[in-house]
Amino acid sequence: MRIVLDRAKCTGIGICESLAPDVFEVDDNGDLVVLHAEVPSSAEADVAAAVEGCPTQALQFEA
Amino acid sequence: MSSQMDSPGRGALVVVGASLAGLRAVESARKAGFDGRITLVGEEVHLPYDRPPLSKEFLSAGAPIDHVPLCGRSEFADDYGVDVLLGEPATGLDLDARVVHTRERQISYSALIIATGVRARELRGTSGLAGVHVLRTLDDARSVRRALDDGARTVVIGAGFIGSEVASAARERGLRTTIVEALPAPMVRSVGPDLGPALASLHERNGTTLICGQEVTAIEGTGRVERVRLADGTSIEADLVVAGIGATPATEWLAGSGLPIDDGVVCDEHLRAGGADVYAAGDVARWHNPRFGTSMRVEHWSNAAEQGARAARNALFPAVVEPYRTVPYFWSDWYGSRIQFAGIADGDEHVVVSGDLTGERFVALYRRGDELSGALTLNGQRHIMRYRRLIARGANFDEALALAETMAYRHPTTRS
Repeated sequence: MRIVLDRAKCTGIGICESLAPDVFEVDDNGDLVVLHAEVPSSAEADVAAAVEGCPTQALQFEA
Repeated sequence: MSSQMDSPGRGALVVVGASLAGLRAVESARKAGFDGRITLVGEEVHLPYDRPPLSKEFLSAGAPIDHVPLCGRSEFADDYGVDVLLGEPATGLDLDARVVHTRERQISYSALIIATGVRARELRGTSGLAGVHVLRTLDDARSVRRALDDGARTVVIGAGFIGSEVASAARERGLRTTIVEALPAPMVRSVGPDLGPALASLHERNGTTLICGQEVTAIEGTGRVERVRLADGTSIEADLVVAGIGATPATEWLAGSGLPIDDGVVCDEHLRAGGADVYAAGDVARWHNPRFGTSMRVEHWSNAAEQGARAARNALFPAVVEPYRTVPYFWSDWYGSRIQFAGIADGDEHVVVSGDLTGERFVALYRRGDELSGALTLNGQRHIMRYRRLIARGANFDEALALAETMAYRHPTTRS
């Protein structure tokens, strides 16, 4: 599974990083860095929570 | 209707409150496999919408004023099979009969989720005076936005987060903007005695006048607001007054129901309120947070989203209830800067581990006993969630200080 980030929607609130720190990281400019666009299976549950938990609906799964 | 749910898949779920927590409750119920009837009851006429933008980007000049619901009518009907009753406030609850009352009807439930949120406190004696607003609902935000569009001289009463965001929006348009705070220092309760003033210095640096330690004695005008009078006799000319003086849980409809209320619907760690199969979620819920071993009520976005989902699962699948344990987190945007806070602010001390309190960015950590209890950042997006995770697992303060050292010397990340 791949993670697709909509940069126009993302404002770097960071809830995804809080839920899936191995996959998401917000940098000093407040921009989200997706560390692994291809989600490792070990992180799938965390990433699913991050997709659901995004306040700006900026994250999507792509099969 | 049976008074007990026979199996997790049946019954009737009623969710009172059609904002984020209520929406997440119905979504979560369906995702978890509940296939009984679901009714969502909301006081406002609008479909669920997102509140954080209302005091942020929604107020900027030229931003879209259209309302984009979090979930549309057809999604509710087709995807979730939810009956949505809008503009229909709940007026009462009968715990014995398991019935929610509205003016129009009685709705039976086998499981009930209370997610009625909070109401913004209004200034006394200002009803009927145009140009005086609170900011909680979409309709409030539209009124404030129109006034800003008209170039209103703006007075914000209360130096909290919502008020500060309104002031920021007004200043970004170049409008004359004043904040009046009754307490001697701003935001002492929300972030502490030193850090509150540090954040509030952003106002002065951006041209907003901040007046602390002054009660407002009158809002004057004929038909519409003209000036705000202060306790020392001075007055401030105003076309728009926004009160950001806190909010109170919307529990008046529960009076006499027998449900324990104490600054919110009192819940245990599973979000179970004091009635059979009754749960609460979001701003209205005062629950026992096992992470901090204390009862709290939190008016933050992620809390509402997560509690809504958790309350629905716990209500519908009581055999596998899970506690709701969280480190409160919120963000606020002022003058192009982002403020983020995680944890609780009532620590024994705080330490600034990065930047300084008079600058454009800082990271401050709160210590309670040996523990890291909170973190506040100004433009510290790279830092905040690392500390939130430490707080979540009860890390001690030394560990947080050690992390701070590695953060300080880390090279900036590069985008992948």
